Amino acid sequence: MTTPATEYSLAELMICANASAYDNDGEVLVTGIGVLPRIAASLAMLSSNTDIMMTDSEAWLLSEPNPVGKRDADFQPKAETWMGFTRIFDNVWSGRRHLTGGPTQIDRFAQANISALGGDHSKPKVQMLGVRGFPGNSICHANSYLVPMHSKRVFVEGECDVVCTIGYNPDRLPKGYSFDEIDVRQVYTNLGVFDFRGPNRQMQIVSLHPGVTVEEVQENTGFPVHVPESIPTTQAPTEEQLDIIRRIDPHNLRAKQLKDNPPGVRG
Amino acid sequence: MNKEMALQELVGELRDGMTIGIGGWGPRRKPMALIREILKSDLKDLTIVAYGGADVGMLCAAGKVKKVVFAFVSLDFIPLEPYFRKARQNGEIEVMEIDEGMLLLGLRAAAWGCPYIPTRLGLGTDVVNLNPDIKLVDSPYDEKEWLAMPALKLDAALLHVDRADRRGVCQIKGPDVYMDEWMARAADKTFVSCEELVDTEYFAQGDEARYVFWERTMTSAVIPVAGGAHPTSCTPEYGFDVPHFQEYNASAKEGGFEAYFDKYIKGRSEAEYQQAVGGIDAIRQLPLPVY
Repeated sequence: MTTPATEYSLAELMICANASAYDNDGEVLVTGIGVLPRIAASLAMLSSNTDIMMTDSEAWLLSEPNPVGKRDADFQPKAETWMGFTRIFDNVWSGRRHLTGGPTQIDRFAQANISALGGDHSKPKVQMLGVRGFPGNSICHANSYLVPMHSKRVFVEGECDVVCTIGYNPDRLPKGYSFDEIDVRQVYTNLGVFDFRGPNRQMQIVSLHPGVTVEEVQENTGFPVHVPESIPTTQAPTEEQLDIIRRIDPHNLRAKQLKDNPPGVRG
Repeated sequence: MNKEMALQELVGELRDGMTIGIGGWGPRRKPMALIREILKSDLKDLTIVAYGGADVGMLCAAGKVKKVVFAFVSLDFIPLEPYFRKARQNGEIEVMEIDEGMLLLGLRAAAWGCPYIPTRLGLGTDVVNLNPDIKLVDSPYDEKEWLAMPALKLDAALLHVDRADRRGVCQIKGPDVYMDEWMARAADKTFVSCEELVDTEYFAQGDEARYVFWERTMTSAVIPVAGGAHPTSCTPEYGFDVPHFQEYNASAKEGGFEAYFDKYIKGRSEAEYQQAVGGIDAIRQLPLPVY
C-alpha cells in the first residue's frame, strides 16, 4: 500500500530517514529538537510506531502530535498526561526515551557539543547554549543526531571543544561502565545516514542520499569514516509519508531548514 | 502572620556575595520585577543558580554576578542570551556548568538536607573535567562510580507566581511549576512576587488549592506586582513580549546594556517601567506562546 514518491525535497528525505529511527523503539518518549527532527518524530508517531509518546514542548504529553507553526485559534491539542520539566527528567532517567538533537560538533567518539566553541572554558570564543540536558540524555537513553550541513566544522578532527555527551572515547569511560550501555543510534545529514557501529565503534555509512559519493562524505568529515562493502541509497519517501508530513507541517517550515531547499534527488 | 512586603524592601533583605536561585525557565515566568530591583541596587558578587534567561543576562550585564550555576541560558525563540554570551566571551564570570537534571538534583539535595545525590548524569563528559568541585564516589551497592551532585544551598530564592495570600500560600496556574518548588525548598529565604494578592478563602474554592506546590512555611515574603514577570511569560495570564526581547537582544549589538537599562529601568519605579513598556493592560494582552 505504499507508493514511492518521485519528487521530494532533501529535507523530506532527511525527515523520513530520521522517522525510521523510531521504528523499533516501542513505547518511549520521542523528542525531536528543531523543525526537521520534530516533524520526523511526529511522522513516526502517525505511521511506523503509533506507540510513541510525545510532548507539546511545554508541559503535556499528546495522544496526537501538534502540527508545527501557527495554529488556528480554535485548535485543541490532544493532551493525555501532565508532563512538566521535573517529570521529563523522571522519564529521561528511566531510559524510556529517544531524542534526536542537532549538535554543533560531533567527533569520532560520537561525542557531541552544544555548549561553547574555542578559547578555554573560562573564556570561550563563542558561548552557545550550555550543556543543557545532553550529558544526562547521553548516559540514560538512545540519542540520534540531525546535521543539516555535513562538514568538517561539525564532524571535527579532534575532540569536541566541550564534550557535552558521553560517547565512545575509552579514556572517558567511567569506572564500572560498558560502552554497551551507551546508545548513540544514528546520524542524519544532508549527505546520508550514519551510525557508530563500524570497527571499534567507528562512524560508518548506513546509506547515502541519491547522487552522494563516499569521497564527498570523507572530504567533509574531519575523521575517517568506515565504508562498508555495500552502501544502499537512502530509501525515498512514500507518497503516504509526504501526505502526513504536509499535515504535520502545513506552513512548509521544512522548506526553510536547508539552504536553498534542495531536491532529494540531485539534478 | 503577614508576609506582605513592598518591592522596594527586597534589596534590604539581600547581601553581597549571596547565592540566589531564580525560578522560571528561559523566557518563562521569571521574577523580573525582583531582578529589576537588584539591577538598580548596589548588590554585587552574587552567585546565581537558574534555568537562565534574560534574568541571568541582565544581572551579568549589570556587573552583579560573580558566578553562574547553569545548564543553559536562553531566550528560547532567541536561542542565545546576548549578555550572558558577552560576559562568558569576555571571561567576566565564573561558572558551574552542569546538566539540567543535575541542577534539579542539587536543589533536591539541599531541600532534603543531603550533602549530595548520586547520579549517572554528567559521567564521561566535560561536566566532570570542568567542575573540579564535583566529586565522583564509589557505591556501597555496586562496582560503578557515581557522580556526587552536591547540594545547591541557596541563601535566597526569587520566584514569581500567579496568586498568593499574605500568609505565603502561593499558587501557580501555568501548566508547569518548573523547578520553583525546589528553589523554595533549597533556600533559607524565599521571596515571591505575585500577579494578584488574594484572601486565604480564595484557596478553599473548587480545586484552587491543588495549584499550590509548596507549604507556606517555605515562603518568607510576598510581593504583589501585577505584570511582574514582564518581559517573560506568566501563562495563562500573559505571554512573553517578543518585540521587547528583540529590542533587548538588538541592544547587545548596538547601544549596549546601558542604553537598555537607561531607557527602561534606571531611576524608574516598577509602575514607571510598565508605563515605558506600554502599561499593565498591554502586558496582560501579550499573546501566549505557541510551541
